[in-house]
Amino acid sequence: MSGVPLAAYLALGLFMFMTGVVGVVIRRSPIVIFMCIELMLNAVNLTFLAFARYQFSPMVAGNSFREGQSAMAGQMMVIFVMAVAAAEVAVGLGIIMAIFRLRENIDIDEMNLLKG
Amino acid sequence: MAGFAITGELLFFVALAGLAMLSAVGVVAFNNAVRSALCLVLNFFVLAAIYFTLNAEMMGITQVVVYTGAIMVLFLFVIMLLNIGAPQLLSDKKDPKTAVGMTLGMVMFTLVALQVLPGLMSKTQPGAPNDYGSPVNVGRALFTGFVIPFEAVSILLLIGIVGSILLAKRRF
Repeated sequence: MSGVPLAAYLALGLFMFMTGVVGVVIRRSPIVIFMCIELMLNAVNLTFLAFARYQFSPMVAGNSFREGQSAMAGQMMVIFVMAVAAAEVAVGLGIIMAIFRLRENIDIDEMNLLKG
Repeated sequence: MAGFAITGELLFFVALAGLAMLSAVGVVAFNNAVRSALCLVLNFFVLAAIYFTLNAEMMGITQVVVYTGAIMVLFLFVIMLLNIGAPQLLSDKKDPKTAVGMTLGMVMFTLVALQVLPGLMSKTQPGAPNDYGSPVNVGRALFTGFVIPFEAVSILLLIGIVGSILLAKRRF
């Protein structure tokens, strides 16, 4: 009957998000920074789906139509986050390859001028 | 802690969550970019399994196909190209910033957890119907109630395609 509490899913999402933040701050290779951004987006996806399943909001409690609506809305957000992340990765890796072709160096601390 | 029975479901979730946390730390901790990418692939697979335990089957399959099957393959291709071109660019040097970064992460984690999680401890039973994650229901919602964001995302993907092709050309 009682399975996994909601707080467990949220704690896992929070841990993954904070690991992604620490990775963006610490690492110097732009590709690994990108991967940590993807980790953060996945943590957000997990949080959306956990709330869609567990229906925490007091506004929808007891109203089954609104519960169904909010469950669907959570999943729609996850779909759109996945699509935006895919487009972002494609363009971002293209930018990294273009910079590498120009400079032969992709250390993130060296690229501190917005000049191309 | 009221309502806390050690069920098989809870143990399964704890195993999956432990694996997800280990692979997330592995993404950040490995100095070699290929190992970070492979840890992230493992993390995405474990997340897809967690989505299945949440009854969100469509999202689990989409996670495997889109994130693991497309995005991580793209990452691995770029890492492979940089490995051939300049292998020294893919491994990080040791940095004194790591201690500061880890302290920051732990402080933020405890701050947010202490604020958010205690109010949610009472919720242990799922509220959504058990088939909310099936492709039928997700498809129906996507094409009726959410059709305008759907079209906007398709335009965004078209822009992404045009942008990546433009960035990959050598001469304009």
